[in-house]
Amino acid sequence: MTFIYPIDSNKAHPLPLSPDYRSSLLRAPSRPLIPMRHTLSELTGPVYGHETVRAGDNDLTTQHKGEPLGERIIVHGHVLDEDGRGVPNTLLEIWQANACGRYIHVRDQHPAPLDPNFTGAGRAQSDASGYYKFVSIKPGAYPWGNHHNAWRPAHIHFSVFGHSFVSRLVTQMYFPGDPLFEFDPIFNSVPDAKARMRMVSSFDLENTQPEWALCYRFNIVLRGKNATPMENK
Amino acid sequence: MQDKGITPSQTVGPFFKYGLTPNGQYEWNDAFTGNLVTADASGERIRVEGRVFDGDGQPVPDCMLEVWQADSQGRFADPQDKRALPNAAFRGFGRVGTDANGAYAFDTIKPGSVPDPDGKAQAPHLLLAVFARGMLRHLYTRIYFDGEAANSSDPVLALVPADRRATLIAERAPGNGNAVYKLDLRLQGEGETVFFDV
Repeated sequence: MTFIYPIDSNKAHPLPLSPDYRSSLLRAPSRPLIPMRHTLSELTGPVYGHETVRAGDNDLTTQHKGEPLGERIIVHGHVLDEDGRGVPNTLLEIWQANACGRYIHVRDQHPAPLDPNFTGAGRAQSDASGYYKFVSIKPGAYPWGNHHNAWRPAHIHFSVFGHSFVSRLVTQMYFPGDPLFEFDPIFNSVPDAKARMRMVSSFDLENTQPEWALCYRFNIVLRGKNATPMENK
Repeated sequence: MQDKGITPSQTVGPFFKYGLTPNGQYEWNDAFTGNLVTADASGERIRVEGRVFDGDGQPVPDCMLEVWQADSQGRFADPQDKRALPNAAFRGFGRVGTDANGAYAFDTIKPGSVPDPDGKAQAPHLLLAVFARGMLRHLYTRIYFDGEAANSSDPVLALVPADRRATLIAERAPGNGNAVYKLDLRLQGEGETVFFDV
């Protein structure tokens, strides 16, 4: 199948300069991006197989001697293209704060405890249908210095590859009904309200494991359409 | 029922390092590094290095760079490139985080020429995706190589105003041994790197 990557799909993304997110002020280009046609360089992309993902890399609760503290969760879903087809065998990488909202990163020094049983990094590969699954701990909200009393809604960072280098996506998965959404300049940097909601997972009771873990579903839609779509679709 | 449209981008944030570029500093292994060279890769070994600066000219220490490139024959390690050689170990993808001085380096093979959609040759280039705290979506740019005759007829460089082309062309540093190419990235302001809308 040959994929095309219409430029209009990028309208879902935030603009580079989003003044309410202060860190964007000095890191957004001041000159317009230069449009160009996609060449083979843009239309191809890295292909990574099972050698990148070790057994157990998708379970963030079993990487240490003991179990991490917090609310155990399953996060699963499909990586899809713009036609709704699964993106098979593509790499997903996640990283997140612990249940207290603290990252293991040395630069995160906010006064919440680290959990010796939680690193917060994971990897998975989608299967032939685009399906992926992680087991983790629900991350906590945490304060940051963007403005007075600024708090990030709980989120899990996702990095996904897809069919080409221009389908590359780094995003954040949020949890449904978070009261911090309306105050968060990063969440609200996405101009379209419907597009924002595509970053919010849905609670999945059907796949919640009794006596064990709540489940959230998060489908990720990457750029890429069939260049020659079927008629009558 | 999911609505139409892609999932929006969000910033990689300040804390990606332990997950994406741990480089021995965290209890997590690197999926990717800045060394793309494989034993079977033919072609000229090169290093591409530089620093990343923000709009105040300050180094960006929490930037992540990803490179995607063809091999020395101009072929991509992706089955979608129908000209690809099977079983070649060269993958053409690398990832690094900048250090405290905003510096980065890739060790790789100088790529060959890749055709544009009309079959016209492009000059050798790397694709670069730039991620950082403060960047809500990554930006795409290219790295070309100083001294390549093909630069003057490259169809993508031709789209760039002449006075900005130098921001895309890495300069060959003097010295013996493997070639070192240097290119700094400026995210904003004077000498701002050209980024492409792809």
